Amino acid sequence: MRVTVLLPRLLREHADGAQRLEIEVQDATLGGVLDVLGRRHPGLERRLRDESRALRRYVNFYLDDAECRSLDGAASRVREGTEIRIIPSIAGG
Amino acid sequence: MSNHVLLLIGTRKGLWLAHRRGGADWEVTGPHLPMAEIYAVAVDTRSAPRLLVGASSTHFGPSVVTSDDLGATWQEPEAAPIAFPDGTGAALERVWQLAPGPVDQPDVVYAGTEPSALFRSEDRGRTFELVRGLWDHPHREHWTPGFGGMAVHTVLPHPHDRERAVVAMSAGGVYRTADGGRSWQASNTGIKAYFYPDQYPEFGQCVHKIARHPAKPERFFLQNHHGVYRSDDDAATWQSIADGLPSDFGFPIVTHPHRPDVVYGFPLTADTTRYPPDGRCRVYRSEDAGESWTALSRGLPDRFWSAVMRDALCVDDADPAGVYFGSRSGEVYAGSGDGDDWRQVASHLPDVLSLRSAVV
Repeated sequence: MRVTVLLPRLLREHADGAQRLEIEVQDATLGGVLDVLGRRHPGLERRLRDESRALRRYVNFYLDDAECRSLDGAASRVREGTEIRIIPSIAGG
Repeated sequence: MSNHVLLLIGTRKGLWLAHRRGGADWEVTGPHLPMAEIYAVAVDTRSAPRLLVGASSTHFGPSVVTSDDLGATWQEPEAAPIAFPDGTGAALERVWQLAPGPVDQPDVVYAGTEPSALFRSEDRGRTFELVRGLWDHPHREHWTPGFGGMAVHTVLPHPHDRERAVVAMSAGGVYRTADGGRSWQASNTGIKAYFYPDQYPEFGQCVHKIARHPAKPERFFLQNHHGVYRSDDDAATWQSIADGLPSDFGFPIVTHPHRPDVVYGFPLTADTTRYPPDGRCRVYRSEDAGESWTALSRGLPDRFWSAVMRDALCVDDADPAGVYFGSRSGEVYAGSGDGDDWRQVASHLPDVLSLRSAVV
């Protein structure tokens, strides 16, 4: 199954400058997508979740139009063609 | 000896560098690593100078960044430089301390972290491994976080003996090893923990900072959450040296680079009144290992309601030495004449969290 990951400008340097990544996954979950990302771009993946595989608190993951925390978090299911849009949340001062 | 002094200024929103060459004015550059929270900085001069920075992004987490060209460029490995191993159930929150190791192990660097743990690097701070002996300590489940978090904030490797090191944490107290980190002993005899019914427990003290002098490594100075202490027996026992200070509360404490009896602190009024006494900006210096104290004020403001954090007071290794502090209100001062005369290096920065300086 193939999904698309859309990266914000701040993170593209950790994916060879790419704005858009096409990912083939066996495990059809957000966590499974991040596992693949971790093998391809470890410097990107560690900015999205910590070493215990918890999603970083101030990074939002929209699966099509739904933020993953309103679904099942990292266990949220993805389908063929799902667009995963990564957007840093509004945080800081 | 070079006449180039480099001062690393870690703030809540990035890193600034201050350079002084000979008698010229300070030249300040930055922000480097903009918006990163910088709790830990180090200058490792045991071989070609390397700058090490513990940088945390609110969004994207903590890391360790290094520079081998005095801050012109910065490097960071693809994989996380510090990560808790599988099975620990922990994740790195923040790097609180980066400490070059003994002189005869120029590739060894230690990191103190939140949650409370010690990590060791054998490649000058590029990658680190957890020191299991401290992580597996049976006391760990009883350590409790202070207001700032639960962190090993102080790491003091012995300057010559690779088997010995001392760490401190809030709130857990002082621990030391004599077998290269395989085992650790609580080392808090004489340090008060006024917030417990038993005020002298084996561990659990809220130690804010410890300092040791490389020429006299069995002696330590300690700023506690109320209490200032000295140990002359390798941190086995501690005696109060607070008499003569306007308050025994504060965060940082450092020793002079060339004079083991000289120590500096920045007292705050009290636990619940975290201003300098009478709102006056004063560094306190002892020249007799804490037997007496002198307020240093020449060049410092009389109205000052800010504070100096545990790693925001430092000395360089120049001769004569410089003394530096940074405030939560974003000012940095440099003291010459062992701290007799002060001048401002920078102002209007974000909160200063960490400072380190060295001749490069």
